[in-house]
Amino acid sequence: MAVDSTYRPPREIDWTGIGFAVVLTIVIVFPLIVVGLWAFADVWRYPSVLPQQFGLRFWYQTLSRPDVWESITTSIELSVTVTLISAIVCLPAAFAFARLQFPFRSLLFFSFIAGQAFPKFGLLVAIAGIFLSLNLIGTFWGVVLIQLVGTLLYMIWIPVAAFQGVSPRMEEAARDVGASPLRVFWSITLPQAGPTIGAAVLLTFVNTFYETEGAWLIGAPAVHTMPILMISFINNQPVIQYGAVLSAILWLPSFFALLFARRVISGGSFARGFGA
Amino acid sequence: MSVLDIKGVTKQFGNVRAVDSFALTVGDGELVCLLGPSGSGKSTLLRMIGGFETPNSGSITIDGEEVIHLPPERRPTGMVFQSHALWTHMNVFKNIAFGLKLRRIPAAEIKRRVDEVLDLVGLTGYGNRQTHQLSGGQQQRVALARSLVLEPKILLLDEPFASLDQHLRERLREEVRDIQQRLQITTLFVTHGQDEALSMADRIVVLRDGRIEQVAAPDILYREPATPFVAGFIGTMNLIEGEVKDKRFTHSNFSHPLPIADGPAIFAVRPEALTIAPASGEGTAKIHRVTDYGTHGLVDLELHDGTRYKSMVPEARDWRSGQPVTLTPRVYSAYRNNAVAYRSS
Repeated sequence: MAVDSTYRPPREIDWTGIGFAVVLTIVIVFPLIVVGLWAFADVWRYPSVLPQQFGLRFWYQTLSRPDVWESITTSIELSVTVTLISAIVCLPAAFAFARLQFPFRSLLFFSFIAGQAFPKFGLLVAIAGIFLSLNLIGTFWGVVLIQLVGTLLYMIWIPVAAFQGVSPRMEEAARDVGASPLRVFWSITLPQAGPTIGAAVLLTFVNTFYETEGAWLIGAPAVHTMPILMISFINNQPVIQYGAVLSAILWLPSFFALLFARRVISGGSFARGFGA
Repeated sequence: MSVLDIKGVTKQFGNVRAVDSFALTVGDGELVCLLGPSGSGKSTLLRMIGGFETPNSGSITIDGEEVIHLPPERRPTGMVFQSHALWTHMNVFKNIAFGLKLRRIPAAEIKRRVDEVLDLVGLTGYGNRQTHQLSGGQQQRVALARSLVLEPKILLLDEPFASLDQHLRERLREEVRDIQQRLQITTLFVTHGQDEALSMADRIVVLRDGRIEQVAAPDILYREPATPFVAGFIGTMNLIEGEVKDKRFTHSNFSHPLPIADGPAIFAVRPEALTIAPASGEGTAKIHRVTDYGTHGLVDLELHDGTRYKSMVPEARDWRSGQPVTLTPRVYSAYRNNAVAYRSS
């Protein structure tokens, strides 16, 4: 009689896992579906479960508004500027934190968490007071400055972990075969830390894009970013669809970010950025 | 054609002297092992030669040229690290070619030299592999190839096989020795394993607390250890501490003629040179345990004061624990003041 050479234990059903999956799906996916439905609903009246009429009417109406286009441009300009400046300032700082010993190193390092640890709004109001006297309120660069504060945590803490993750032996091996310290940084350290730093840049960009508190407090009334426009749509318009369409457009950066993450960044190094 | 000359090198970490007035000359094409327990300063010494640590004082010359002020990238040394330290974002070919590219060597020449060195380490055709696709032994071979391809004057190996299993370690040991002899490359090899040192080295430097205990060829080191530390570190040695009085050494109820002046001494005898015989009455020692290795047996002996020593016997089954025996040292030596005071035969 032929005997199956490999024994397979009976497969158990992981009810806990299924439970989590169902709850997460309801919490995350369901609201997305509702907003998505609203965005494409030309007519949707109580008590119908689904819209009576699908269409792009509100897309045309929303996209024909000049303030919507202006806010898209503003948001992209702001996020790109903030991410770039943050990278230029924070990455060398992160390298210093990871590799050099200097006085008050830990104190400085932990100070970056302060911006996230305390209620942000109080901090923002205090900064707004200072910006008022500097004539930065309601200006593009005022918003850039305030949003930079929010990016420090991602752009310093994650790259520090990335740089610390690069083995000093690897760098020494490169010195040994003839590479100068600068060359070692470009050819060994940066490529090794690259994927994780990519994750930090991505997080910074997306978070800046969605940031509302600073953009509203410092930017109002002149600077309108997309999320702020959406809030005002939701607050001031009786038509739900405007807000829904705008929020659907707002998904785009996240969607592209996720695609990029899947292509460029392996799961492992992405997780390493968060100390996993 | 290279000679490494180290003179009076001292390295201090805080209050600790990791390396203390170290001096050594390594001849052309010689393989010298630095052997010592962890913390003996052997790795620090190697890193100073490679340029990764700066000595507080002393001089290191290669072919008569002082290198102590040169950064690692300008020294004619090649180092293989314990953790192999391959660059995981490059494939095998790129790892080996990196140093050649820095030297602006034409691509065709780089290809030829990388293929040549891959042949040498037995990895022909592995150029396109990613480093994580290699086994531990293969990774270490790539690391060796990465150093060898640049034809360094001095090859430095820092416990390169420490992370490999016993079987693989023995094979790589022989391969590295073969390659080293074929290329006639002057090599300094750090290890804490005496097997590795005894099987590979032309000469062994035994280090302890940053100082040289003894420099000698492997056969001399085993048969004529200069200090009790070397005697205990290389192979197994019974070191019996006692007193000499009237040309006779005594410890507990063990006693043997020893023609040196009165005073304290350490009596040293290898297990294979200590013969035991069944005793009537209580004997000199009692057998504590017998271990059977098939080819031979190892007997743990206990003197009356409880101190334990070892004796090697041809047949383990002739002996049983609890049995009283007499001891006869055939070849032995004695140490006093950390130096040899007497050697038999």
